[in-house]
Amino acid sequence: MSSETKQILTTDGIPLEVSLKKAERKNKIKAFLLVAPLLFFLIITYVFPIGDMLLRSVDDKMVTQMLPKTFKAMENWDGQELPEEEVFAAFHEDFLKLVEEKREGKLSTQLNYTKNGFKSIIKKLRRASKKFEEGNYKEQIMSVHKRWADVEYWRAIKRRAPEVTNQKYLKAMDMYTNEEGKIVSVEEDRRIHRVLWLRTLEIAFFVTVFCFLMAYPIAHLLATLPMKYSNLLMICVLLPFWTSLLVRTASWMILLQQQGVVNDFFVGIGLVADDNRPEMMYNKTGSYVAMTQILLPFMVLPLYSVMKTISPSLMRAGKSLGGTPFIAFWKVYFPLTIPGIGAGCLLVFILAIGYYITPALVGGASGTLISNQIAFHMKSTLDWSFASAMGLMLLSGVLVIYWLYNKIVGIDNIKLG
Amino acid sequence: MSKQKDFVKFENVDKSYDGKVLVVKNLQLDIAEGEFITMLGPSGSGKTTCLMMLAGFETPTNGEIYLGGKAISSIPPHKRGIGMVFQNYALFPHMTVYENLAFPLRVRKIPKDEADKKIDKALSMVSLQGFASRMPGQLSGGQQQRVAVARSLVFDPQLVLMDEPLGALDKNLRESMQYEIKHIHESIGVTVVYVTHDQSEALTMSNRIAVFNDGKVQQLSSPDELYEKPVNSFVAEFIGENNTFNGEVSDISDGKCKVKLANAEIIANPISVKSKGDRTKVSLRPERALINPKDKMDNIHNGKIEEVIYHGDHTRVRINLLGNPEFILKVPNSSANLDIKLGNEIKIGWNSQDARALDPK
Repeated sequence: MSSETKQILTTDGIPLEVSLKKAERKNKIKAFLLVAPLLFFLIITYVFPIGDMLLRSVDDKMVTQMLPKTFKAMENWDGQELPEEEVFAAFHEDFLKLVEEKREGKLSTQLNYTKNGFKSIIKKLRRASKKFEEGNYKEQIMSVHKRWADVEYWRAIKRRAPEVTNQKYLKAMDMYTNEEGKIVSVEEDRRIHRVLWLRTLEIAFFVTVFCFLMAYPIAHLLATLPMKYSNLLMICVLLPFWTSLLVRTASWMILLQQQGVVNDFFVGIGLVADDNRPEMMYNKTGSYVAMTQILLPFMVLPLYSVMKTISPSLMRAGKSLGGTPFIAFWKVYFPLTIPGIGAGCLLVFILAIGYYITPALVGGASGTLISNQIAFHMKSTLDWSFASAMGLMLLSGVLVIYWLYNKIVGIDNIKLG
Repeated sequence: MSKQKDFVKFENVDKSYDGKVLVVKNLQLDIAEGEFITMLGPSGSGKTTCLMMLAGFETPTNGEIYLGGKAISSIPPHKRGIGMVFQNYALFPHMTVYENLAFPLRVRKIPKDEADKKIDKALSMVSLQGFASRMPGQLSGGQQQRVAVARSLVFDPQLVLMDEPLGALDKNLRESMQYEIKHIHESIGVTVVYVTHDQSEALTMSNRIAVFNDGKVQQLSSPDELYEKPVNSFVAEFIGENNTFNGEVSDISDGKCKVKLANAEIIANPISVKSKGDRTKVSLRPERALINPKDKMDNIHNGKIEEVIYHGDHTRVRINLLGNPEFILKVPNSSANLDIKLGNEIKIGWNSQDARALDPK
């Protein structure tokens, strides 16, 4: 028997591996029980909602369940001309049931998402359907409104037959499936989302750049100043963390408005004329300024934690070996801070593309982001599946950035603190 | 080419960090070309500050430092061309050994093939051939230290500063590195200024040692002179082991003085006492006192053995002598015939020449 295959036994004859597992089992169970509450908490508050969001964004069961018989009857309809009587009969039957349950309003809302103009004709149909006679429903329904005789509207109904849909995602990209089943862009003047996505990326990118430019010297100071000054500076950096986000944003509104402190100062030093005060709020500038200030600590802290570990003798070594201060910085100090830069930029960028309250308050029309659109659909239009779709797109965007970062820099080369 | 005697010159150099306390006081120091000089002193004595001023990382508050006859206070560190080895090695952790060594050559725009030759030479000097592609993190402490030494020498500086370079190594490695650095110094003849608080390191390696205390050079001399002939009681106590007696000079004549202790009188060599009545501290090296001396000695006294500690090659004997319960003797283990037992009364003698009456401190 070779030595590799020989089993090692403990003194009482049990294989060593078995014995080791037994000895460690207790610790493993203990460790699992310790993390179990957090694990369940995460599953309930994180994994489950995201899963739900994913389902909701593609879910289209509502209409399918409201008009079961109609869709069954429509299965054989080719969509070229008006459907047969049996489709109308099935639709009438489904519709009566909905009226009974008082759910026809929901149907009209849903169908209106697919094609404008359903709301009024469903209302008319409800009133007329009370006087409908048995048989020949096609004629009766078509006589309620001329749109009911339009094949377009029936095609629109048929498009809602599948239980899952990608329409929400297409809509978020300003696209839709047209009558022929092709994916096309909406007319130019009705595109709103693409602009928002691009603007979100643009603002997040520049906010990250601004944060980096400002945080690097601050973090360097923090890491190199004597304790008593660096503590004070650290408090200044962290102070915003201890103040409500809303209060901070509101104070920016006071500072940036046209009759605000900053404008007064500019007028005071003669930089701008009193009757020509620049607008620094309710546009992109407002979003840039406020978001940069609010996200700055997220850049400072990872940078600081990395810089703190860099021995000052490294810079000295660089200089004593003949490097100018710039070369010593660029060749020695800067490469060592890359893990902090990566962490800070990733953190700020990810926070920035999902930022909501600040752009909502100071961004105005040209400074709002995609998250504001998500909030709008959550609260105002109650189109939660659309909001979910956009939320998921945002999430996958973040994951893509994370993946890219991992490819380019390496995720183990990151230091959050 | 004749060697310059004051290759490095500190002239009236003062340094204060806070404007209240002087860390370095009126320093005068000449370092000859090719010399290995050590700044030795307890922490806070100003030795590292002196080194940092020489390297250019601190500026003198007053006075001037000259390097090769030129005042260098206004020259930034990177233009001084001084090699430096730091306490914690300060290797660039993101560069390989090769890149670390290439750094000083690249910034000097030395062509690659010439630089490669220099790097090879420097690595072989510290016997690290074949390590060029390693990262510093993959090397042991001793190897990192050697890389640091090689890096400080690779661009052929005239002066190399070493700031407690061996502090982080274990005892055996430290000793072998001491010899290695000493040999490198001897073979290339570079001027070295070495800072340490370890006296044995200083004694082993240096041509001359400057003992620092309280911002001042207490004594600047060769290792043997420093040990045999300390000029004040700080140096006597800081370097090597030392037995002391506090007393008052009762008579002084013919290069000898009598010192009155609490209940006895000894004869000593007056170094820093001038006249009768001066307070003094008499310093005597342990190996200069003998047990049961056969020769005639002008100090012979009785003491009681309090403690015997076996040290391998020698035995340390603690004796209560003339009211000093901490009197230490070193007895070579070859002299086993002596009757050294706890509690025994023995005779101890020494020459007055070796008992140096210094300042009372």
